[in-house]
Amino acid sequence: MPVEKGLKTAIIEGDVVGGTCVNRGCVPSKALLAVSGRMRELQNEHHMRAFGLQVSAAGYDRQGVADHANNLASKIRSNLTNSMKALGVDILTGVGTILGPQEVKYGKVGSSDNVITAKDIIIATGSVPFVPKGIEVDGKTVITSDHALKLEFIPDWIAIVGSGYIGLEFSDVYTALGSEVTFIEALDQLMPGFDPEIAKLAQRVLINPRKIDFHTGVFASKIIPAKDGKPVTIFLIDAKTMEPKGTLEVDAALIATGRAPFTTGLGLENINVETQHGFVPVDEHMRVIDADGNLVPHLYCIGDANGKLMLAHTASAQGISVVEKVCGKDHVLNHLSIPAACFTHPEISMVGFTEPQAREKAEMEGFEVSVAKTSFKANTKALAENEGEGLAKLIYRPDNGEILGVHIFGLHAADLIHEASTAIALGTRVQDIKFAVHAHPTLSEVLDELFKSAKVKDDISSSVGEPVAF
Amino acid sequence: MASPLLSRVSLSNSSAISFSSSISSTPLPRLFPPSSTAFPAESRRRISTVQSKIREIFMPALSSTMTEGKIVSWVKSEGDVLSKGESVVVVESDKADMDVETFYDGILAAIVVGEGETAPVGAAIGLLAETEEEIAEAKAKASNTASSSPPPAASSPPPSPAPTAVTPPPKAAPAAVPEGPRKIVATPYAKKLAKQHKVDIASVVGSGPFGRITPADIESAAGISPSKSSGVSAASSAPPPVSSPPPKAASAAAAPASAEIPGSTVVPFTTMQAAVSKNMLESLSVPTFRVGYPVVTDALDALYEKVKPKGVTMTALLAKAAAMALAQHPVVNASCKDGKSFTYNSSINIAVAVAINGGLITPVLQNADKLDLYLLSQKWKELVEKARAKQLQPHEYNSGTFTLSNLGMFGVDRFDAILPPGQGAIMAVGASKPTAVADADGFFSVKSKMLVNVTADHRIVYGADLAAFLQTFSKIIENPESLTL
Repeated sequence: MPVEKGLKTAIIEGDVVGGTCVNRGCVPSKALLAVSGRMRELQNEHHMRAFGLQVSAAGYDRQGVADHANNLASKIRSNLTNSMKALGVDILTGVGTILGPQEVKYGKVGSSDNVITAKDIIIATGSVPFVPKGIEVDGKTVITSDHALKLEFIPDWIAIVGSGYIGLEFSDVYTALGSEVTFIEALDQLMPGFDPEIAKLAQRVLINPRKIDFHTGVFASKIIPAKDGKPVTIFLIDAKTMEPKGTLEVDAALIATGRAPFTTGLGLENINVETQHGFVPVDEHMRVIDADGNLVPHLYCIGDANGKLMLAHTASAQGISVVEKVCGKDHVLNHLSIPAACFTHPEISMVGFTEPQAREKAEMEGFEVSVAKTSFKANTKALAENEGEGLAKLIYRPDNGEILGVHIFGLHAADLIHEASTAIALGTRVQDIKFAVHAHPTLSEVLDELFKSAKVKDDISSSVGEPVAF
Repeated sequence: MASPLLSRVSLSNSSAISFSSSISSTPLPRLFPPSSTAFPAESRRRISTVQSKIREIFMPALSSTMTEGKIVSWVKSEGDVLSKGESVVVVESDKADMDVETFYDGILAAIVVGEGETAPVGAAIGLLAETEEEIAEAKAKASNTASSSPPPAASSPPPSPAPTAVTPPPKAAPAAVPEGPRKIVATPYAKKLAKQHKVDIASVVGSGPFGRITPADIESAAGISPSKSSGVSAASSAPPPVSSPPPKAASAAAAPASAEIPGSTVVPFTTMQAAVSKNMLESLSVPTFRVGYPVVTDALDALYEKVKPKGVTMTALLAKAAAMALAQHPVVNASCKDGKSFTYNSSINIAVAVAINGGLITPVLQNADKLDLYLLSQKWKELVEKARAKQLQPHEYNSGTFTLSNLGMFGVDRFDAILPPGQGAIMAVGASKPTAVADADGFFSVKSKMLVNVTADHRIVYGADLAAFLQTFSKIIENPESLTL
């Protein structure tokens, strides 16, 4: 996009082009989830019979599955590299360090450094899997998402530390391929980041009927990888009292406790910037703020490194916002309009506030909150697919029709959320979006029903009245 | 404004049953809405031991023959707010899956019996709290109830193969375990199975790596073969047949200790199969006799060809004929409920046996003598669809006064049916076969003959009664114009 605007652009890449998303995140994980989704469907004899289908024993070849993910990552990586080259973007290989405002040095470890200057610099170094103290990762039996995505082996029993969307997605993959899973969650609820109503339904569908059990309110204080014929040993302690709660002996452990920003070695001290828990402090325009509270000129930080909303598309959106700014147009990204999705089967997606967050805000600011819900069971397409299990929820202000949050759990939730996120981004109100037409029979009608079922006090007319002259 | 193209799909039929009762000590008025179908007194049992507003949700009796039910799924989860009339749980009775509603507002504080588990009629399956504070109290009560029912299958731990290995192998040494905490050595699926089959996990020896208890260990402890793997592995037949614990739907009678045949698979009865088994055993106490009758069906077949395009089935024709015959012989439509009296039924309800996936059910054509043939056929079609979808209401399967069973479609010429409990007679119909018949003058002709065999309760139906009934039935079939009236 900067190239589009006529800016000469260079990228300093210390590892592989594409970063986490292409190589260790979004791309390979979705490839594996595509496999697990199909595997689950094919193995669900009951489901198949309802369609009148018979499927003989479905099986998989681990290497074939791993190859699908790896090949996809390579393909996208090379597509990305080629398009950048075609656009005339310089790809500079090496680790980058900021020397001062508008000055960066880069170079491979061990070789001599090159120093370049640039009018504006964007830090987008992303994040790495966070491994809590006491956990020893050996990359074979105690792994992070980086290793898991290579799918080097399918354990009979794997413990997943952390029940957020990464842990949840992996539980989907592993259980579809035949493993049993135990979740270890520090908070008292599973899936703490989701709207609680959705989390409860998700638990009923994604966890209870599968070969998964869980321990909540506990930390894994120590994890020892398997060696000398002993299994992976996990010591659990109560999250509040720190009392020992038991030991687990499993074949593998996946650490999915979140991601830590990758900001060491960036040379931030050279410009008097201090990270907070590793995150780079920025303002609403993504400009970096130094230790004294001043803006560092011409330096921006986007994506996981600034920690505002650690998702790949957030980084893109923030990047676009920065480029707009650099070209002179003011642009503030509304983070509440950024959707998020979890690609389990069925999928979960959300945009905006959860119900408790909305209610908290409502209490503080003194407005009412209403909630509308629809079920996928009423949707023709969902039923045709025998996937009637699902819920869509709209949280809105009944006084002015403002959409506060939308949460969806069901088939293709990750694609359906965009109607809602676009509405929030454009400030569309519920009473206006009611009139939008949705093709039949499609899953989008779930949202159509949702919007139509919302009740807004219609004193405010939706069309612009005559201008009043004073 | 719902789009006319979308249809609202409800989970099951609209007529659901409300059931929860309060266990406070103040006496309550009649607990059930008067419109509900026959509820036996036992489901109104009240346990007034606890002085609080925690209400028990208990397993309803969905039919007069139901003694226990299986929870198919909980529609609501723990912590959900319930309002009167909302569906809370789906229960599988011996005949159909029923949506059960709550009769009170409140919060579902605790689920005592989980999905896939069975509970006797009247047992608490969940607890309803009025307010949030009572939820903790309800949960405590729930765990007491759960622990007080001892795990039945624990009594026979797997014998000889691993006499010394009750403790996990020394390799997974306690040295690695700090003092105090327990070691969790069962896999998640093993734990789920143990809960489902009521196996005490502490008594099972783990055969997995590092002494882990695997799902296969639980399955062999419960005496069930794993569904996917081949019938029997040498390991799971190690416990001798005599000590294998009964499957959960078992009746009190213990299985005789017969020798196990290698390669055999044990599949526990579903609720429906258990009900059929129970009914058949009950029938052994009734003195029955059988009378057979040959019926010429040429006229009936001709009529059938005429009315078939209008949707009339052979079942409807036979049912109507039987009903009309029963109208003239009321004793065959009666039953002997207490062993010392005739119970004459005012309506003629023909139950017709239908084989459905994995079971047998008898939907009832009520007042079959009063409905015309076309209405009867339509009603029958609806009933069969409902039966296949396990959506039959109790009154649609337990109100029969006479049963009709037809195996003619298989080519069977005659068979003996077993009398269902609560009825006086059951008619077994075979196939119509072309038969050479000699008339009084010695001339041969070929006619279609169907062999009909009726089994009746000799406490109320005597030989002459039954023979007369069959004669009337035969006359109606041989002169079938009356059927279309």
